[in-house]
Amino acid sequence: MSANDRRDFDLAIIGAGPAGMAAAAQAASAGLSVLLLDEQARLGGQIYRDIERTSEQRGRILGKDYLAGRALVDDLVKSSITYVPQASVWQADQDGHLCYTVEGLATQTKAHRVLLATGALERPVPIPGWTLPGVMMAGAGQILLKQSGLVAKRAVIAGSGPLIYLIAAQMVRAGNPPLALIETQTAADFWQAQHHLAGALRGWRYLIKGLGLIGELRRAGVKRYRGASDLQAEGQERAEALRFSHRGKQQWLACETIFLHMGVVPNTQLSRAMNLDHYWSAAQHCFHPKTDGWGRSSAAAIFIAGDGAGIAGAKGAELAGRIAALRIAADLGRLDEATMAQSATPLHRELARERAARPFLDRAYPASSQVLAPDDATMVCRCEEVSAGDIRRYAAMGCDGPNQAKAFGRAGMGPCQGRYCGLTVSMLLASVNQRSLDETGYFRIRPPIKPLTLGEIAQLDDPDAGAKEVMDLG
Amino acid sequence: MDADYVLVGGGIVGLSIAWGLVKRGKRVIVLDGEDGSFRASRGNFGLVWVQSKGMNQPRYAQWSQESAAAWGDFAQELGEATGRDLGLEQKGGYDFHFSEQSLEETVAKYEVLKQALGGNYPYEVLRGNALRNEEPELGSSVVGAILHHQDGHVNPLHLLQALAQDLRRLGGQVLVGKTGVDVKKSDVFTVLCDDGTRVEASKVVLSAGLGAAQLGPKMGFLAPVTPVRGQNLITEKLPRLINRPSLYARQVKEGGIQIGYSTELSGFDDAVTVDSLSSIATKAIHVYPCLQHVQVVRSWAALRIMSPDGLPIYQESPRMPGAFLVTCHSGVSLAAAHARFLPNWLEGRDDAPDLEVFREDRFAV
Amino acid sequence: MKTASPFEYLAQPTNLVAVRFDGQTYQLPKGENLAAALLAAGVRSTRENPGSNAPRAAFCMMGACYECRVRIDGASVQACMIQVRDGLVVEKMQPIGGQSYER
Repeated sequence: MSANDRRDFDLAIIGAGPAGMAAAAQAASAGLSVLLLDEQARLGGQIYRDIERTSEQRGRILGKDYLAGRALVDDLVKSSITYVPQASVWQADQDGHLCYTVEGLATQTKAHRVLLATGALERPVPIPGWTLPGVMMAGAGQILLKQSGLVAKRAVIAGSGPLIYLIAAQMVRAGNPPLALIETQTAADFWQAQHHLAGALRGWRYLIKGLGLIGELRRAGVKRYRGASDLQAEGQERAEALRFSHRGKQQWLACETIFLHMGVVPNTQLSRAMNLDHYWSAAQHCFHPKTDGWGRSSAAAIFIAGDGAGIAGAKGAELAGRIAALRIAADLGRLDEATMAQSATPLHRELARERAARPFLDRAYPASSQVLAPDDATMVCRCEEVSAGDIRRYAAMGCDGPNQAKAFGRAGMGPCQGRYCGLTVSMLLASVNQRSLDETGYFRIRPPIKPLTLGEIAQLDDPDAGAKEVMDLG
Repeated sequence: MDADYVLVGGGIVGLSIAWGLVKRGKRVIVLDGEDGSFRASRGNFGLVWVQSKGMNQPRYAQWSQESAAAWGDFAQELGEATGRDLGLEQKGGYDFHFSEQSLEETVAKYEVLKQALGGNYPYEVLRGNALRNEEPELGSSVVGAILHHQDGHVNPLHLLQALAQDLRRLGGQVLVGKTGVDVKKSDVFTVLCDDGTRVEASKVVLSAGLGAAQLGPKMGFLAPVTPVRGQNLITEKLPRLINRPSLYARQVKEGGIQIGYSTELSGFDDAVTVDSLSSIATKAIHVYPCLQHVQVVRSWAALRIMSPDGLPIYQESPRMPGAFLVTCHSGVSLAAAHARFLPNWLEGRDDAPDLEVFREDRFAV
Repeated sequence: MKTASPFEYLAQPTNLVAVRFDGQTYQLPKGENLAAALLAAGVRSTRENPGSNAPRAAFCMMGACYECRVRIDGASVQACMIQVRDGLVVEKMQPIGGQSYER
C-alpha cells in the first residue's frame, strides 16, 4: 500500500482487541472486504495483549480468561482480511476517510463503514505524587506481565475495582505478591450495590470469579486495607512509599512501585475527534458515545463496539463486535435483514447477560471522591502540569467549559491530548459552575489524535487538492 | 441601569475594549458566549503584525503601527497586574520570498506605502548569508526576506486569559453563556440575551465577531462579516530553531513551533482538514527543512471575521447613536489600540483616533 | 540512572542485544518492548518534563499517556510502542537543548 491509497474497503476496523477481532472475522465471513488497523505489533488489544506468543508459564499466571483470547485470534487468522499492525490512526471523518501512519509512512484510505473498537483507558487517578517514576496504572503492570513477562517486586496496588484483585492474584501466581492492596471502596458502597444484586446474579460468573480471586489473595497472606482514603505517593526522584488514611490512622508503606486503578472508561479520543455525539453516563461516571443497539453512532456510517462504547468487558466487546458486523453486512446488502436479525438475537441475549453485572460492579467499586474531585494542590494535567486549583480558578474566571479552560491554562494541550486529564477537568468545572456534565462538555479533540511528524503530514499533500488560498488578509 | 457600557462579545476584541474602559472608571458588562462558540480568540496565530497590512489603505497600516507601538506598555501593565507573562517579542518579523521577482515586486509596493506613511516603515531586505546569519535553519528555496522591524508576536492565549482575569479584578462584570439576541433603545440601551437575561447600559459595543452578522442589522449596522477559516499546527517543544516569526511559522516562548496558516472559505465549519494541514506542513518544511522530523502535537482551526475588504469596521450606528460596531480579523495586533485608544473614540473625545476610513458605509451600494 | 530493577523477569530473556540509553550501554532482549526492557534494566526515569524538569517514566504502557517519550534518531517516540533492536541509540528527553522554558 502506498501513500494516498484511496482504495475503498467495505469496512475499516480500528483496534484489534476482542471487539475488533470478532467483528473482522464476522464481517469477512459475510464477504466484506475488511481493513483491520491496530497500533500494536500483535493482535489482542490490551486485554489479550501478546496472546499469540504467550508461554505456558505466562498463560498459567494470567489465567483462563486471558487464554480465551486465543480462539478469537485463531478465528481471525483463518479469515481473509487486510490486517495492518503498528498502524497509528490519526484522523478519521464521518464519511469513512481515514489517515494512518505505519513506520513513518502516512496513508489515506476510505471505507464504506468504519467500526471504532478502540477499547478503554484506565480512569485518571490524580493523587499527590502520581507523576513520580514508579507510579503506574495497574493496567500497565498487567501489560508488563502479559507482554514482557515482567513482574513488580515490591509493589502496592491502590484504588478500586475488580481488576485489582485479578492483577494481585496474577502477581501472587508469578511469585511476587503485592505488599498490600489499598482499597478505596467502603462497606457502604458494597451495601448500596446490593440494589443491583438481582442484576448481578444474572452475571453470577463474575461474582464467583471475584470471590475466588479474593480467596487466593487471602491464602497468600496479601494484606488488604479497605475503605482507605487520602492516597499520596511519596518520593524524591521516584516513588518510595504510599501514604494513606485507614480507619482514622495514617499509614505509610515503603514500596518501589505503586499501581493505581480506579476502573476503566471508554477511550473516546477518536469518536470525539470525529465529532460524534456523546453523553454523560452517571452510572459509569464518564462520557459514552451515543450508539444504538447495533453500535451505530450518531453518524450513519460509523459504528462503535466494545468498551469504547461503554464498559462491558472483553466478552461483551466480542459480542458487540459481532453484532455490529452483522448490521454493517446488512447495511451493505451482503446479508438480508431477516438473516441478520436471526443471527443477532442470541448475541443480543448473551450481551444483555454480560452487561447485567455492570451496575453492581460500578456501584460496589466506585472511583473515590479523592480522584473525582482532587485537592487544589493535586496536579491534574500531567503533561502541562496544571493543578486542580488552577482549574477551579479558571472556572471562577468564567470558564464554563473545558475548552476555554484549556485556552486559559493549557490543561489538555500536551502530547496526551487530554487522555489523562479530560474527565477530571470536566468534572471540576461542572462542580464549581454547578452545571451538568452534559452542559459542561469535553475537550474539542482534533486530529492528529496521535502525534506524528510534520513530514508525515506533508506526505499527504496533494498540490491539486490543496488548500485554496482565498485572500490576502488586508 | 446596570452599566455605562455593555459589550456584546467577550473575545479578545471585546475584552480589550472593556479593559480600556474600566481603566477609565467606566462600569462595564461583557456578555460572553458558550464554551463551544466560534472563538477566533482561541485559534489565532499570535502575530502582532504590521508589514503587508494596509497596502491599499495607509491609514490601516498606520493604525496597526500605532497598536504595535502601544503593545509593549500594554503587555507590561497587563502582565504585572496578572502575573502572566504575555510572551511579547517585538524584534521584527519576516516576509519570505522564493523568487527575486516577488521580492522586488513587494519591495516596490512597500516603498509606495512608506511614502504615504511619511517614511515611517522600517524594513530591510535580507538575502544570502545575511539572512542565514539571522535564521540559520532556513532552507535553500528562500531567496530573500523582508525583515520589518515593527513586527512581533505574543502568546494570544495568555492575552485572553490575562484580560479575563484583570477585567474582573478591576470590577468589570463578565456574564458567560450569554448570546445577545436583540437590542432596544429608549433612554438607555437594553440588550436581551437568549436565556432571557436583560442588561441595561448607556452605550453598547457590538464586538461579537461573526455573531455581529445576526445582531448587527437589528442595531442599524450592515455588519457584512463572513468567516474565513484558518488552520494551524503546533509541534512538540523544541530548542530555539526560529529567531523571528513569519506567516509560515513562529516559535513560541515555551518552545513549540506554531505553523500556519490557511485561508479558506468553508462557511461556518471550523473542522481541520487533511488537505489544508498537509499543505501548510509542506510549506513550513519548504521554509525550514529541519521541521521535517519534528512531532506535531496538535492542530486546530478557527474562523476569522472578515469584512469584504479585509479591513476593520469601526462604526457608530446611524439609527441608534450610542451603539458601536467593532470588528476586525486582527484582534491580537490591534488589542493595544483597542485598549488604549478606542475608549476615546467611544467617549467621543477630542483626542479620539481618526477612524473615518473604517466606517462601514464604504460597503454601502 | 541505573539502579537495581524493581521488576523481575519470569524467565530470564535470551537473545540480548546492545542498546545505548543516555550514554550507557544495556543488554536488552531483542524484539521486546523498549519501555519494558528499560524498566527491567533498572532505568527509572526516561525523561524530564518541560516546565518543572521533574523526572518522568513509563506510566500507562499502552501508548496513551506519552510519559515514556524518548529520542531516537532525533525524533520523539513512545518507548512503549517500539521494540528493541540491535544497536539502538536512545536519548533521554531533556528539557529541550538544556534551556529551561518558562510556562
